[in-house]
Amino acid sequence: MDKILEVKDLHVNFATYNGTVQAIRGVSFDLNAGETLAIVGESGSGKSITVRSILQLLAKNADIAKGSILYHGDDLLQKSDKEMDAIRGNKIAMIFQDPMTSLDPTMPIGKQVAEPLLIHNNVSKKDAMARAEEVLRLVGIPNPKERMKDYPHQFSGGQRQRIVIAIAIVDYPEILIADEPTTALDVTVQAQIIDLLRELQQKIGTSIIFITHDLGVVAGIADRVAVMYAGKFVEYGSVNDIFYNPQHPYTWGLLDSMPTLETSEAHRLNSIPGTPPNLLNPPKGDAFAPRNKYAMQIDEEEQPPFFKVSKNHYAATWLLHPDAPEVDPPASIKKRFEKFKELGGSVK
Amino acid sequence: MADEREKIVQVRHLKQYFNIGKPNEVKAVDDVSFDIYKGETFGLVGESGSGKSTTGRSIIRLYNPTDGQILFNGQDISKIKSHGPQMKDFRREMQMIFQDPYASLNPRMKVKDIIAEGLDVHGLVHGEEEREKRVRELLDMVHLNPEHMTRYPYEFSGGQRQRIGIARALAVEPQFVIADEPISALDVSIQAQVVNLMQDIQKEQGLTYMFIAHDLSMVKYISDRIAVMYRGKIVELADSDEIYSNPLHAYTQSLLSAIPVPDPAVEKTRQRIDFDHSKPFSDDQSLQEVLPGHFLYCNAEKAASFK
Repeated sequence: MDKILEVKDLHVNFATYNGTVQAIRGVSFDLNAGETLAIVGESGSGKSITVRSILQLLAKNADIAKGSILYHGDDLLQKSDKEMDAIRGNKIAMIFQDPMTSLDPTMPIGKQVAEPLLIHNNVSKKDAMARAEEVLRLVGIPNPKERMKDYPHQFSGGQRQRIVIAIAIVDYPEILIADEPTTALDVTVQAQIIDLLRELQQKIGTSIIFITHDLGVVAGIADRVAVMYAGKFVEYGSVNDIFYNPQHPYTWGLLDSMPTLETSEAHRLNSIPGTPPNLLNPPKGDAFAPRNKYAMQIDEEEQPPFFKVSKNHYAATWLLHPDAPEVDPPASIKKRFEKFKELGGSVK
Repeated sequence: MADEREKIVQVRHLKQYFNIGKPNEVKAVDDVSFDIYKGETFGLVGESGSGKSTTGRSIIRLYNPTDGQILFNGQDISKIKSHGPQMKDFRREMQMIFQDPYASLNPRMKVKDIIAEGLDVHGLVHGEEEREKRVRELLDMVHLNPEHMTRYPYEFSGGQRQRIGIARALAVEPQFVIADEPISALDVSIQAQVVNLMQDIQKEQGLTYMFIAHDLSMVKYISDRIAVMYRGKIVELADSDEIYSNPLHAYTQSLLSAIPVPDPAVEKTRQRIDFDHSKPFSDDQSLQEVLPGHFLYCNAEKAASFK
């Protein structure tokens, strides 16, 4: 497969009044052509910062301290602002979370969709508007020709998110970054938007980086999944690896704390105790250790490296060390292992 | 049988309209009737704009209902005056937990004063010592460190703030608590903490909850019975297992079919059911008990088909 994006050992710090917050502490991943990579994590885990670093849309107090972001082998972090302008919205586009605030309320939507074309490509206004109409039709806005003159407030939340998506894809970007694109939407609308993204991916062949905290959404859209905690990836693999053969106790905790429709009230929800660490002073050892009932002595002292589980599936937990004791995963996770075996996978 | 259980809340033909008589009149809640039994958790689900939050706010009398009755322990509270002794008594019995723990706590008040506000209003504690003792108990109940009572809300995380909101609601020892999307703003791992806490407290104190939410899997998990709202009306009401295993209304079916499930194999084979929003309700329809304890908004002919 073609690697179009390679993020290597990314470190991002933020200067605050209280000191330096180490928001991203060494993140590496690849993105292949045409695939969807989902990054899952809680608020503050660094998933948005990671993707914003790619487009260099970080706040002023942010400092990319280390690492490289190779786009077709070319380091984006070495590019000038002007060079980045030619990439943003053109080669790599972004869909933001809140459709209520990411549109300009004073500009007709047709013009907003055509804007990236007018900025990046040498096209006439007429051609740009024609393309905008076509894309609005593609994302499912009824009567796009008439509605192009309307303003954002004249559309529902779901329609506004479709318009935001239209802006992002109008130039057929190679990479589409979607930062919690459905979080603000109702479930039926969310399902429609996810179907739409999948369809668009088929049609225009774009790669998608999808950020979310909702594991249900991930299961439906991702080819590969990365789980993030306290500024690091803790586990990554194919969607089946993560959902049916998870190895990191944090992944277990996330999967186990969600009620499924089969969960009855007799089965108490398993919550992850405590809260994520403060990244002003990240812990010396494994950042998840204080919340991890499987934590060992070494978790307090040393950060776990990535251990290989299978081809393309890695997890950063000392439990995978050959000398680690056998542990008993939560019951719901064991059920997932069973399913993995049925699917022909081999469980450790 | 169901009917013999004690009813704590009875809502009868509740209507809550806004901008009455103006061109932009909104029938947010349009002739809704249901009962809530003592000790149960009653789930109210629907999408944004369905009227679920308005229903909760009308019951706790943050609004003056346009029409209909709300009986609380048999007494009609739909018309009691907003600022009278009756309202004060009523407010002690019914409390609310709000959605956004960042917006619902006064940032300039210390945690102990936020929690004790209800105690002060109702004169439930006498003297600073007793007041602090009670606040300590409440913080302990929601698993927060009582030593932190002199801190301000900004010093707490979202989940911790929601615990403060719960402690505040429970300070006056209400019988009935309306929780309006209490976990929507929280991370997945924290949601389970708050839900478990709410259930523990319910068991200990015999509380009755109305749980308003759009997250159907969590609603199913926490609720005994569930009502589904759509455009100001309850379109279906049944035991939570029944509503998930045997949804009768097309809207309920479409909602259930859209819930994302954390299982890739399920997701790959999932068939969404689309609901036709263009069909308005017709005049011959009403909420009827079509199966024991299972209510459906339909016409007489449809209801007869279940006999």
